[in-house]
Amino acid sequence: MGKRERLSGNEAVAIALRQINPDVFPAFPITPSTEIPQYFASFVANGQVDTEFITVESEHSSMSAAIGASAAGARALTATSSCGMAYMWEELYIAASNRLPLALALVNRALSGPININCDHSDSMGARDAGWIQIYAENNQEAYDNMVQAFRISEHRDVRLPIMICQDGFITSHAVENIELLEDADVKNFVGEYEPENYLLNPECPMAVGPYSITDYYMEAKRNQAEAMKHVEKVVLDVAKEFAALSGRSYGLFEAYRLEDAERAVVIIGSAAGTTKDAIDRLREKGEKVGLLKIRLFRPFPAEAIAEALKNVKAVAIMDRAEGYTNHGGPLGADVMAALFRARSSAYAVNYVYGLGGRDVRVEDMEGVFETLKQILESGDAGETYRYLGVRE
Amino acid sequence: MAVSDLRKLGVKAPWQDLTEGMTIAGAGTSKGFKTGEWSSVKPEFVEEKCKQCLLCTPVCPDSCIPVTDGKRGAFDYEHCKGCGICVKACPFGAITMEGVK
Repeated sequence: MGKRERLSGNEAVAIALRQINPDVFPAFPITPSTEIPQYFASFVANGQVDTEFITVESEHSSMSAAIGASAAGARALTATSSCGMAYMWEELYIAASNRLPLALALVNRALSGPININCDHSDSMGARDAGWIQIYAENNQEAYDNMVQAFRISEHRDVRLPIMICQDGFITSHAVENIELLEDADVKNFVGEYEPENYLLNPECPMAVGPYSITDYYMEAKRNQAEAMKHVEKVVLDVAKEFAALSGRSYGLFEAYRLEDAERAVVIIGSAAGTTKDAIDRLREKGEKVGLLKIRLFRPFPAEAIAEALKNVKAVAIMDRAEGYTNHGGPLGADVMAALFRARSSAYAVNYVYGLGGRDVRVEDMEGVFETLKQILESGDAGETYRYLGVRE
Repeated sequence: MAVSDLRKLGVKAPWQDLTEGMTIAGAGTSKGFKTGEWSSVKPEFVEEKCKQCLLCTPVCPDSCIPVTDGKRGAFDYEHCKGCGICVKACPFGAITMEGVK
């Protein structure tokens, strides 16, 4: 049986990591993810974990050390936010192309500039093409549950790719919520021992990691890497099924909330999904057919399943907590619209940029989005499909 | 764990045959990778001037100066990249190379 607690998202993730007891955790602090290594350092000092905790001088080094540890055969991870992730840019691609199953606890924060410490998704959205698996959380419970499932997905023999477990800076990382923790022994048993097939510290068979790939090889190497991504959806679902049997909490590639008979829908990532659910509940009481599709797995992008879930929707608003500077909207908007196009959807679709740099999004804001979708349906004209929500103008 | 089969990793290999993460398992695999073709100029061994001091051997970055029974032999041109360091190391002018004094 689980244990009821009240925890911040950062503390919940740190506890998941204590229960996982990884081999190596190199870390460099950056707001708002600092508490994750901070809590974890106290677990190390108290002898509650066996982890080699490395205090490095930068995020370039924290990800490099995690890569080195993972290549050596260790279960490794680090945590960061915003510009910290930007400083690991080079290493993100190296971790993925070397097929190293390490984890990154990412607490989403706006990238500079202007400098800002609050939530948006510009950091991880910028890294969406790095070859990492990306999973997002709506609340503290999901951040904890996703962390517990992370290594099972990442280390699966059909996958072996690094995984980013994302949650919203301050909104979930620092807000304290009721949460149900699993027993330490259950997490240990669920995650299991890491037994890599190939690793640098294996004296029986030395190996070369990350060799230079000339033009004759680079393209085949990237195609080979892409194949691993194709296996991720199935593994995510299989691990979620096992996790549900253990915890009673079900997860999929995304969550469909009151979407079954919805004519209007919002597609969103992260904590604002909770706000949107409240708006939906209010509107449903008035008899309005509105629903939500909350992305959990963003990379790889489950386009077919999303298009299928939205097939009866007549108007959809896709919400991006990051700019794309395409003059058409953000990255989620581009992916969802491409998915709808491939599925020959005839739904009206608009893309909102919202919540940048911690800008609050309220239930009334999301009610307004559904109202706009209603007007689009009535007028038969989507109008400007690239919009801003909650900006002064 | 199996040692990587280098025969499958030639430049015509399809993506399906590449190793996971492009790792190469097994020791000494660089011997099979003929990097000597990278250079157009090679050092020449002038044997009659050589005193067998062996100062050239340890400075070669590619271990291309083999030593047998305390005496150096001919260059391994299959791996020598023509860096010219051995020319500079030789006190007796027993190694020459175009463009290196």
